[in-house]
Amino acid sequence: MVSDMLSSSLWIVGPELILAVGAMVLLMIGVFKGEKSAQLVTSLAVALLIIALLWLVFIAPQGVAFGGSILSDSFASFMKVLVLIGSAAAVVMSAGYAESERFNRFEFPVLIVLSTLGMMVMVSAGDLITLYLGLELQSLAIYVLAAINRDSVRSTEAGLKYFVLGALSSGMLLYGASMVYGFTGQIELTAIAASLAEGERSLGLIVGLVFVLAGLAFKISAVPFHMWTPDVYEGAPTPITALLAGAPKVAAMALIVRFAMEGFQPVAIDWQQVIVFISIASMAFGAFAAIGQKSIKRLMAYSSIGHMGYALVGLAAANVEGVRGVALYMAIYLATTLGTFAVILSMRREDGPVDQIEDLSGLSRTNPVMATFLTIMMLSLAGLPPLAGFFAKYFVFMAAVESGLFALAVIGVLASVVALYYYLRIVKLMWFDDQAKPFLPAPIELRVVLWVAGLFVFPVYLFVGGPVFAAASAAAQSFF
Amino acid sequence: MTDWPILSTVTFLPLVGALLILFIQDDNELARRNIRNVALMTTVFTFVVSLWIWGEFDYETTGFQFVEQAEWLGTGITYHMGVDGISMLFVILTTFLMPLCVLASFESVKSRVKEYMIAFLVLETLVIGVFCALDLILFYIFFEGGLIPMFLIIGVWGGKRRIYASYKFFLYTFLGSVLMLVAMMAMYWNAGTTSIPELLAHDFPASMQPWLWFAFFASFAVKMPMWPVHTWLPDAHVEAPTAGSVILAGILLKLGGYGFLRFSLPMFPIASADFAPLVYTLSVIAIIYTSLVALMQEDIKKLIAYSSVAHMGFVTMGIFAANAQGVQGAIFQMLSHGLISGALFLCVGVVYDRMHTREIAAYGGLVNRMPKYAVAMLIFTMANVGLPGTSGFVGEFLTMMGVFQVNSWVAIFAATGVILSAAYALWLYRRVVFGALEKESLRSILDLSRREKAMLYPLIVLVIFFGVYPMPVFDVTAASVDHLLNTYNAGLEAASSSVAEAN
Repeated sequence: MVSDMLSSSLWIVGPELILAVGAMVLLMIGVFKGEKSAQLVTSLAVALLIIALLWLVFIAPQGVAFGGSILSDSFASFMKVLVLIGSAAAVVMSAGYAESERFNRFEFPVLIVLSTLGMMVMVSAGDLITLYLGLELQSLAIYVLAAINRDSVRSTEAGLKYFVLGALSSGMLLYGASMVYGFTGQIELTAIAASLAEGERSLGLIVGLVFVLAGLAFKISAVPFHMWTPDVYEGAPTPITALLAGAPKVAAMALIVRFAMEGFQPVAIDWQQVIVFISIASMAFGAFAAIGQKSIKRLMAYSSIGHMGYALVGLAAANVEGVRGVALYMAIYLATTLGTFAVILSMRREDGPVDQIEDLSGLSRTNPVMATFLTIMMLSLAGLPPLAGFFAKYFVFMAAVESGLFALAVIGVLASVVALYYYLRIVKLMWFDDQAKPFLPAPIELRVVLWVAGLFVFPVYLFVGGPVFAAASAAAQSFF
Repeated sequence: MTDWPILSTVTFLPLVGALLILFIQDDNELARRNIRNVALMTTVFTFVVSLWIWGEFDYETTGFQFVEQAEWLGTGITYHMGVDGISMLFVILTTFLMPLCVLASFESVKSRVKEYMIAFLVLETLVIGVFCALDLILFYIFFEGGLIPMFLIIGVWGGKRRIYASYKFFLYTFLGSVLMLVAMMAMYWNAGTTSIPELLAHDFPASMQPWLWFAFFASFAVKMPMWPVHTWLPDAHVEAPTAGSVILAGILLKLGGYGFLRFSLPMFPIASADFAPLVYTLSVIAIIYTSLVALMQEDIKKLIAYSSVAHMGFVTMGIFAANAQGVQGAIFQMLSHGLISGALFLCVGVVYDRMHTREIAAYGGLVNRMPKYAVAMLIFTMANVGLPGTSGFVGEFLTMMGVFQVNSWVAIFAATGVILSAAYALWLYRRVVFGALEKESLRSILDLSRREKAMLYPLIVLVIFFGVYPMPVFDVTAASVDHLLNTYNAGLEAASSSVAEAN
C-alpha cells in the first residue's frame, strides 16, 4: 500500500528526479574529468533538460504526490515546459560565451540544472514547505551562477548583492509563512483555502499573506522589491542574465499565482489590492526608468520589471481568464526574452563583448537579419500587433476589464505607450542611424535560438496561437 | 468563383510580392530595377484583382458581402472578413493609389530599395485588411500593425527631421489606439462577441456608450486627424518621402473616418448624438484655423498637409450630421480627397525630385518650362478648392448640405473654409507656377516624364469624371448608408422611448 503510493508519487515527480539524479551524475563527470569536461557536461545538461521536457509532454503525469506536497496539474505542466525551455536555451546560449570568455567551468551547466530543479519544485509546490524548498534551491544555485565569473568585480558584486537581498526576502517569506501557519494551522495550500472558506479572516493571517507576497514579489522583481534587478542583470555574465530574465521569472510567477489562487482564493479581495498596487508600480516604474538607460542589459532589466507588472494584471483579475492570461503572457515573454538575449550575446567585436545600446547603431546595414529579428522582439515587447506580445497583453488586460479593473487596464495601456518610446529607440538606432563597427559573426547556437524565438514571435504565433491558447486555458482550469 | 476568398486574396497578394522581393539580392542596379518592377507588378495585379470585388458587388445588399470566417486565436478572435458599401470603395482606393506610390518612388528612392518596397507592400496588406476586417481585434491588429511599416518609411527614407516626425507619428497614434483597445475589451464582455456584424446589432447600455465613444474617438480623432490632435500630421507629411505622404494623406487618414462610420455612429448612437456638437465645434475650428495656418506656410508639403486637416473637418462634420447627404458626402469627400491630396503630393514630388527643395520661395514661373505640369497642378488645385466639375466640389457640397439641415451655423462657418481654401490654394499656385521664370536654377527644369504622366493623368481623369458624374460611388454606398442610418435612428428611438417609459 505504502509502496504503491510511493511509486505513484515517484512517477509523478519523474522529470524532477531525472534532473536531480542527472545533476549528480554530471557533477561526478565534471569532478573526475576536470576542467576539460565543460563541453561534454554542457551538452549532457541540455540533453537532460530535453529528456525532462519530453517526459513532461508525452508521459504527462498528473495528480498529487507525497500527500499533497507536490501538485502536478496542467498549470504545473504548462509552466514547467516553459521553465525547461528557458533553462535549456540558456545553457545552449552559454556554450560559445563560456569558451570565448575563458571561464568554461563544468559547474556552470550543473548549477543551471539544479536551479531548474528548484524552479520545477516551485511550480509544483502544494504546501508552504515545498514552496520554500524549491525557492531556495533555485535561488542558491543562481546566487553562485551570478558570481561565477569570480575574477570580475562586477560579477561578484552582482552575486553578493543578489544573495543579501535574496536572503532578506526569504526571511520575509518564511516569517509570512509562519504567520499563515499560525493562524490557520495548515501548511497545505488547499487546506489553507478550506479553512479560509469557513472561518473569518484574521488580521494576523493578512499580515502573513502580505509578507509571503512580498517575498515572492522579490523573486519576480516587482516594484517595490526590484532594486537588485538592474545591478544583477548588468553584473552577471550575460548567459546568466539570459537565464535570470527567463525561467526563474516564469517559475516565480507560477508560484505566486498558485499561492494566491490555490491557497488564498477565498480572501482574493485582500490580496487583489496588493497585486494591483505592485502591478501598477511595476508597469509605471519599468516604463519610465528604462528610458535613460545606456546598457542594453540594464534596459532589459527595467523592461522585465515592467513586464512582470503586466503579467500581474492578469493575476489581479483573479479569474480564470486572468490566470490564462498570465500563463500565456509568460510563454510569450519567455520566447521574446530568449530571442532578445540571443542578440545581446551576439554583440561581440574583436575586443570582446559590448553591451551599450549605441553599439546597435546601424545594425540594419551590417546585419539585416539580426536587426529585423531584434525589431520584432522590441515591438513585441512593446505590445504591437500583429506580433505575439500584443496577444499577451490583450489577454491579461481583457481579464482585468472583465473584473471591472478599468483603472488598472487604462494605466497599463498608458504605461505601454511610455514603454514603446524606449523600445522604439532601439529600433531607431538600428534602422535610422549611421552604422557602427559590425559585430563578429554570431555562433551557430545563438543564431538557432534567435531564429526559433524570432519566428515564433512573428509570424508562427499567428498560426499556432490557437493551440497555445487552448493549452493556457487548460492550465488555468486547474484552479477552478 | 463565388466561393473563392477574394478579400483574403486581395489583402495578402502584396505580401506575396514582398516575399518575392525578400529573395532578390539588392546589390546592383539591375537587381534594384527588378525589385521596383516586382513591386509595381504586384500592386498593379492587386488593383486588377480588387476590381473584381467591384464587379461582383451587389448594390442592393445592405449587409456584408464576400464574407469569410474562420476560428483563429481563441476567445473571440476570429478571422472574419467582408465588405459593404462603405468599405468596398476604400479597398479599391488603396489598391489604386499603391501602384502610383511605387511609381513615384522609382527614382526618388535610391538607397535600400529592397526594404522600402517590402515596407510598402506590407503596409498595403495591412491597410486593405483594416477595411475588410469584420472582427474587432482583427481590425485592431491591421489598424495598429500599419504603424510599424509607416514608422520605418518615415524614419529611414524621410527628410532632415525624420526621427522626430516618425516618433511623433508613432506615439500619437499609438496613444489614441490603446484606449480604443480597452474599450474593445469592454465591448467584448458586454456583448460576448468581437464580431462586428453582431456588435452592430447589439445595443450597448446608455451608461457605457459615452466612455466607449470617447475611447474610439481618441483613436480616430488622432488618425483623422482632428484639431487639436493634428500636429503630428504636418511633421509626418513634410518628412515622409513622396509616396509616404501620398499613402498617409490618401489612405491612412481615411481610417479615422472609416472608423467613425463603422463603429462610433452605428454602435454608440446615443453618445454620437450627444457629442455631435463637440464634433461640429472641433470640425469648424479645424476647417477655419488650419486653413488660416495653411495660408502662412512656406513649405509646399506642409501647406497641403494643413489643407488635408481642413478637408477632414468636412468629413467629420458630415459623418456626425447623421443624415443621408452628410454621410454620403463624407464618404465621397474621403474618396475624392484620397485622389486629390495624393495627386498634389505627387505633384510636389515631381518638382522635389528635380530641385530637392520644398520651399515655396524657391519656385516661381514653372509654367514657362513645364506647361503639362502646370495644367495638371491647376486641375488638382482647383479640385482641392472644390471647384464645381471636380470631385472636390461634390463632397464638400453634400457635407455642408447635410450639416445645414442639422445646424445651420456650422454650415455657415464651414462655408468660410471653402473661401479660405481658395485663398491658400490659389496663392500657392500663383507663387509656384505663375510669374516670370526668374530663378537661375529653374531655367533647365524639365517637364513631366512618361513615368510621371502615367502617375498623374489617370488621377486627372478620375477627379474630373467623379466631379461630373459621381453616381458610380453613390450607387455603391447608398444601400449601406441607408442601413447605417436606420440602425442609428432605431438606436436613438429606442433610447428616447425607454426614457419616456421611465418618466
